[in-house]
Amino acid sequence: MMAPTTDVLRVEDLSVAFQTRGGLVRALDRVGFTVGAGQTMALVGESGSGKSVTAYAVMGLLETAGRVTGGRAFLGQTDLLATPPRTMARIRGRRIAMIFQNPRAALNPIRAVGKQIADVLLRHGGATRSNARDRAIEALRAVGIPDPARRAKAYPFELSGGMCQRVMIAIAVAARPDLLIADEPTTGLDVTTQAVVMDLIGAMARGSGMATILITHDLALAAERANRIAVMHAGHMVEEADTATLLARPRHPYTARLIAATPTAAGSLASLQSVPGGLPDLRQADRLHCRYAGRCERRQDACDAVLTMRPAAPGHAVACWNPL
Amino acid sequence: MTSTSTINATVSHIRFVLGENPVTLGAAMLFAAFLVMAAAGGVLAPYDPLASDTMRALQAPTWQHWFGTDQLGRDILSRVIVAARVDIGIALASVTLVFAAGGLAGLAAGFFGGWVDAVIGRIADNIMAFPLFILAMGIVAALGNTIPNIVLATAIINFPLYARVARAETMTRREAGFVDAARLSGHRDGALLLTQVLPNIMPIMVVQMSLTMGYAILNAAGLSFIGLGVRPPTAEWGIMVAEGASFIVSGEWWIALFPGATLMLAVFCFNLLGDGLRDIVDPRRRT
Amino acid sequence: MTALLELENLRKHFPVGRTGWPSKAAPSFVHAVDDVSLAVQPGETLGLVGESGCGKSTLVRLITRLLDVTGGKIWFNRRELAEVPARLFARDDDRAHIQMVFQDAGESINPRFTAADAIADPLRRLLGLRGAALRSRIEEAALQCGLPLELLGRFPHQLSGGQRARVGIARAIGTRPRLLILDEPTAALDVSVQVTVLKLLQTLKVDLGLSYIFVSHDLNVVRLLCDRVVVMYLGRIVETGPARAVFETPLHPYTRSLVAAVPRLDGPRPDAPRLVGDPRSPIDPDPNACRFYGRCPVGVARCGTEMPALRDFGGGRDVACHLAEGPG
Repeated sequence: MMAPTTDVLRVEDLSVAFQTRGGLVRALDRVGFTVGAGQTMALVGESGSGKSVTAYAVMGLLETAGRVTGGRAFLGQTDLLATPPRTMARIRGRRIAMIFQNPRAALNPIRAVGKQIADVLLRHGGATRSNARDRAIEALRAVGIPDPARRAKAYPFELSGGMCQRVMIAIAVAARPDLLIADEPTTGLDVTTQAVVMDLIGAMARGSGMATILITHDLALAAERANRIAVMHAGHMVEEADTATLLARPRHPYTARLIAATPTAAGSLASLQSVPGGLPDLRQADRLHCRYAGRCERRQDACDAVLTMRPAAPGHAVACWNPL
Repeated sequence: MTSTSTINATVSHIRFVLGENPVTLGAAMLFAAFLVMAAAGGVLAPYDPLASDTMRALQAPTWQHWFGTDQLGRDILSRVIVAARVDIGIALASVTLVFAAGGLAGLAAGFFGGWVDAVIGRIADNIMAFPLFILAMGIVAALGNTIPNIVLATAIINFPLYARVARAETMTRREAGFVDAARLSGHRDGALLLTQVLPNIMPIMVVQMSLTMGYAILNAAGLSFIGLGVRPPTAEWGIMVAEGASFIVSGEWWIALFPGATLMLAVFCFNLLGDGLRDIVDPRRRT
Repeated sequence: MTALLELENLRKHFPVGRTGWPSKAAPSFVHAVDDVSLAVQPGETLGLVGESGCGKSTLVRLITRLLDVTGGKIWFNRRELAEVPARLFARDDDRAHIQMVFQDAGESINPRFTAADAIADPLRRLLGLRGAALRSRIEEAALQCGLPLELLGRFPHQLSGGQRARVGIARAIGTRPRLLILDEPTAALDVSVQVTVLKLLQTLKVDLGLSYIFVSHDLNVVRLLCDRVVVMYLGRIVETGPARAVFETPLHPYTRSLVAAVPRLDGPRPDAPRLVGDPRSPIDPDPNACRFYGRCPVGVARCGTEMPALRDFGGGRDVACHLAEGPG
């Protein structure tokens, strides 16, 4: 039903390590996925799963303790991981944009939001001094802000959280980027506002063919908004498939557990199941084998072998030696 | 059962912080040395710090007199050692005083707000309106040239600093969940302030204390330097620098240099110690 | 059956801006909670939902007696508590009976207290326990909450999110309260931990004979844990009823949009319009207009001139909307 799409971003074997007081933490191990034009890929996982680290590594925004230890990330033909910082700075904002949790903190508190949008339009959006203001107001209208001419003069603290996130989206899409990375964009917003903001992100993507990476801990949100879902656990990508398949026929035990732990509209408290155990210690050297094995009820001897992502069905990959 | 493990954890944490930060270790050792000097100066000093011997006046450093002698032939090394008690004593007393007064005032101002905050804020502003050293001079001149008055003056000029730090730290914690939780546990405001909020602002206050220690020593020495502090012939670093200053032009540099350098070292030591202390008292760094 | 807690026309208005002297203008008030009446039966879990700014946090602070009321009554176990000033309630006999589990356990435990200190605090202050009696009660509470005793000596930052949540719960149940207010107790937790904490709360409720007021914006969780639910909008109750019924057939247009906005893994999505725009200002709202009017997708002229009262729709359901019709 959907036309074949071209890959906007292709991440291959991305590994990231953090130097900490307690030793080297292998935060990401050989993570790979692709996002097509107009598609939304959700990276889902609990805190510490590495979903945000993936995005930051691709953006070249890892904090100083973090280091990409291997892999490639192609945006079109450009390997972002081999791109010098100066060039990356130009690519960010123009070809990749990012929106964050807590939008108010990401906006400049002492500059009117219209001016902040105009700044980006001047730098990346091909606006001129004379039309930047009008285009900024237009951008505010496009993200559904009522009375945009008046709101353009407002400062971030005068706007609600949902409004600020819409301003952030207006800024992010100003340069018509190829890829939008949305890192928990609605965490902390009310559920009604979340729906409106997610609608908006979806509409922007559909309108421009922009690819979207949605980073979230909320499987239900991902289920509703993403074409494909990649489940992450302790720095490994454990399963990746189109949304309907992943939810209906999860192959990785962790994915199945995660689904069973999500309070859906249908369950009762008794039918909810927890995920036993906790995250493994990532400081041990070269943990190339399954990091879920310590929590897994399907563990067997074969699980001690080096783990790789393998196709379970067309378009459905799983990293498990004993899949469901 | 928790107390021993807590102590062990604390000791290992201190060891860790010092190991990671040798500068703090150096400052701590220096501080210990100053404390020993302050406590046992009379025993450590090779000569009587007050015994003048005009035959030996203005001698440059020698093996007998490491720091040389002054215009009255007194041994400068002995005087520098003995002066530690006066200078560090004044600084400690004044900092303790202002720690209690300024800390509690800031705590109350930050927690209750309203008129309490307004009154304490005005007092602090009024103190800040003066050039602080001139204010200290005025206080000592008005109340009399005694050590308690120097302590008081030094405490007063530091009051706004402590009150403001305590107020700002309290305000960020006033809305914290644990404050409400404490109310549900049966704490009234007063108890809550002392048992819940105060321990949380202690780390930053202790750092403040160490930083102002240096400042307080400078202030006490400065007052003595201009003749408003401790009076000769008492050994005190400020007076010694003042007495030596006039001899520098004629080439007798050691009279002012050694007490001056000691003073500088003391200030330096407290500032470095402040940074290290912050790491030690902050439980969040205890991993 | 007598209710454990009964609120009667509870109001809380906060003055804003400069009030009175020297300004001549009449003071303005934020109507954080207006005319709220509800009851919690023994053994019941009442859900409290609504967007940020709907007044649920203020209502919680009124019920926990951290805040003085502007008007109305709080009947707890047949005793009127609203007349006791919040300042004095800290030493009140009923302080031990109304306790709370906070949203962010990491932030609500004093960072300089160990887990044992945190759990001990209310036991010492409210029950006067000392020594061995205190120790045994701390351990009892910890074990009831599934907190291993060897963790009691740790500071909050040395505990995982789930362990901190257990400390917060242990502290709240230590004094053997009758009513426990749960303020988004799992909001800061990962789903895998959330489930265990929710189940723990359910077990404790039965074992200890507690009543809960469960505050959350996660409607799925509210639905699973609560017997009845109260939906608030801008300081007023707009709908109340059995949790399952309210979520399956919401009657108030606000509830309909709220339920429709909840992401779900599968199943048909209820058809309701998105709520665009922000709520109107809570400062001196028009007493004759529905608070939802203007944002409401179905509002009519009458909604702007007449405040809808809660109407009984049978089956324990009350809805404050002129246009609402019965379920089915």
